[in-house]
Amino acid sequence: MAASTAALTSTSFLSNKKDSDLAAFSSSLPFSFRRCERTVSKKICSVMAPQQSERKPSATGSVKTAMTMTEKIFAKASQKTQLSPGENVWVNVDVLMTHDVCGPGSIGIFKKEFGEDAKIWDREKVVIIPDHYIFTSDERANRNVDILRDFSKEQNIKYFYDIKDLSDFRVNPDYKGVCHVALAQEGHCRPGEVLLGTDSHTCTAGAFGQFASGIGNTDAGFVLGTGKSLLKVPPTLRFVMDGEMPDYLLAKDLILQIIGEISVSGATYKAMEFLGTTVESLTMEERMTLCNMVVEAGGKNGVIPPDSTTFKYLEGKTSKAYEPVYSDENARFLSEYRFDVSKLEPVVAKPHSPDNRALARECKDVKIDRVYVGSCTGGKTEDFLALAKVFLAAGRKVKVPTFIVPATQKVWMDLYSIPVPGAGGKTCSQIFEEAGCDTPASPGCAACLGGPRDTYARMNEPQVCVSTTNRNFPGRMGHKEGQIYLASPYTAAASALTGYVTDPREFLQ
Amino acid sequence: MATAAFVSVSPFATSTPRSSPSISHLSPPRTIKFPTFYSNFLNDLSTTVSHAPSRAAIILPRATATPSYAVSSSTVFHGFCYVVGDNIDTDQIIPAEYLTLVPSNPSEYEKLGSHALVGLPSSYSTRFVESNEMKTKYSIIIAGDNFGCGSSREHAPVALGASGAVAVVAESYARIFFRNSVATGEIYPLESEIRICDECKTGDVVTIELADSRLINHTRGKEYKLKPIGDAGPVIQAGGIFAYARKTGMIPSHAQ
Repeated sequence: MAASTAALTSTSFLSNKKDSDLAAFSSSLPFSFRRCERTVSKKICSVMAPQQSERKPSATGSVKTAMTMTEKIFAKASQKTQLSPGENVWVNVDVLMTHDVCGPGSIGIFKKEFGEDAKIWDREKVVIIPDHYIFTSDERANRNVDILRDFSKEQNIKYFYDIKDLSDFRVNPDYKGVCHVALAQEGHCRPGEVLLGTDSHTCTAGAFGQFASGIGNTDAGFVLGTGKSLLKVPPTLRFVMDGEMPDYLLAKDLILQIIGEISVSGATYKAMEFLGTTVESLTMEERMTLCNMVVEAGGKNGVIPPDSTTFKYLEGKTSKAYEPVYSDENARFLSEYRFDVSKLEPVVAKPHSPDNRALARECKDVKIDRVYVGSCTGGKTEDFLALAKVFLAAGRKVKVPTFIVPATQKVWMDLYSIPVPGAGGKTCSQIFEEAGCDTPASPGCAACLGGPRDTYARMNEPQVCVSTTNRNFPGRMGHKEGQIYLASPYTAAASALTGYVTDPREFLQ
Repeated sequence: MATAAFVSVSPFATSTPRSSPSISHLSPPRTIKFPTFYSNFLNDLSTTVSHAPSRAAIILPRATATPSYAVSSSTVFHGFCYVVGDNIDTDQIIPAEYLTLVPSNPSEYEKLGSHALVGLPSSYSTRFVESNEMKTKYSIIIAGDNFGCGSSREHAPVALGASGAVAVVAESYARIFFRNSVATGEIYPLESEIRICDECKTGDVVTIELADSRLINHTRGKEYKLKPIGDAGPVIQAGGIFAYARKTGMIPSHAQ
């Protein structure tokens, strides 16, 4: 079914010239759809080039079965020598992450099923990160953090990033903020490992070349007790991105481009592997943005081959040995997509779906009420540096309320301490203040997903918002009639400066 | 035949990527021997029946009459349907402001049910659960493509199950929602062979016959083929993976 979706998508891509977005897109031909050596669905064959004659592994004399990165991680975690997509295997989980929204439910299931006095499988492999509903007077939300604290204490959990004093996050040295960014910053993401989390954006950690995916409370309760999960090996879609990245594009543009291409269900049950010279040139934070939104295409996980950038990021963050794995040259991919990134343009996802792609410049007449910069997708240090770069280049003030929500405490500190390149020593916070943005808020998930009524920057009115977050379904940021345009930090900054959805090239060139 | 089906349907058989992948997600591992639990399922039918009053559907077990059917697929759901479109994400199923409710807490479980599908846009003029009610009068949800996309919140299938709904019939599902539905046993995530959300209207009277993988719309006099629920059926009927695992001897029957 998903395979046929991909087929349909590519068909419409080739034929649907009346859609101005696609027509503009195809005229510059930044994208091609190439047939892989083998595919599972016959439907795909009908829209792809004829099979190329490549030597099959069986013809090379090698007995080794070629595998993708994801398949290798599954094989390692299930202690098997080889695996194929579709196989169900029990994998050993390296890290289980949970937070204040799904943690209490997972703990409830763990206690119900394993007993009130049961012990979790490994106190060093469970990471608990309160981040969703922290700075709120909502009593249940506060209680949920208490449940996490009690459980962490009872189980002697090593990594619990607690917050007790809600009046000032800075007096809580243990408090981090958005779990996916904190996992990376605290060294819990390692190549070759299996990370499961009770949050769909757990896939962010695939940027480190590991298998990372979101699970529900019941599955998490099972992992808490056993350290294992029964998972199906996903087939892999491969996204090859080559070409020099123009200086007005960010990883957010790349992933919105891809989701627009394959739709919000185009990767359902599948792994998405990103590679190519452009991906190699991306920083870890940008790679995290790319992998973060694979779930918006329905993907099970996203993965990027680890390289020197990965290893350098990990230096000093983890003392655990890790073992990077890479896709074999002749591994089987369900399909392969190629992009010439140098020809892409800044894009947005229009309401109310992450695959509702349009060029930013095509939306220049869309008047906006606010801009939101934050979340696991767009609230990292480099996202704010990108925002500052546009403000600096423009030298103007924002025309709409602009909300700044650092993902973590570390990011918050970076905003006040790292000098922005070319700004004469000024920090992000100074540039944001001069541009008229709201003061950077307490780190956390905040209004990315609406949350309790008193959540900072929650969309309580039916407004139009440009946001660096990941979802724009109805009601996502609060009000059901609110309209969310998902965009890169560059596009968000440009839009804040004009009060309309704006292509950042207006300020960056 | 049914027994044979249980034992011989291999979750490891190669399948097309989308047709039945998630079903075998929760299939038992290769190393675990299946006990002959089929008769247990017959005895446990009372579990299903006892749930019926709290649910909006009339659930009619028929297995005793035809022992050759798998019990899991002999269940019949009957009631009003509620029709939605494509890409109904978890924020629409249960908006984030209600996620402070913990599903494993019984009173909060009930509250989650009262908020089910409250995030649908105002273009849906009929509410799934009336504003002063805890339960829905619609036992079956009919949807388009990619139902349950978005977050991994288990609150979503739980809210639907807690509202009294028993099944969703969609063209396709987002992966995590499907898995959570099976893992919790809260709701049957059934797939239709064709797109039926355009042909059914909210309030139509429908019947689902799991044994025949069939949905009948009595109001419009139409019948639709469903994709078989397969190995996920017994798991949902047992009440989720833990209950299923206990029933089949995969894990000890009681927590210590």
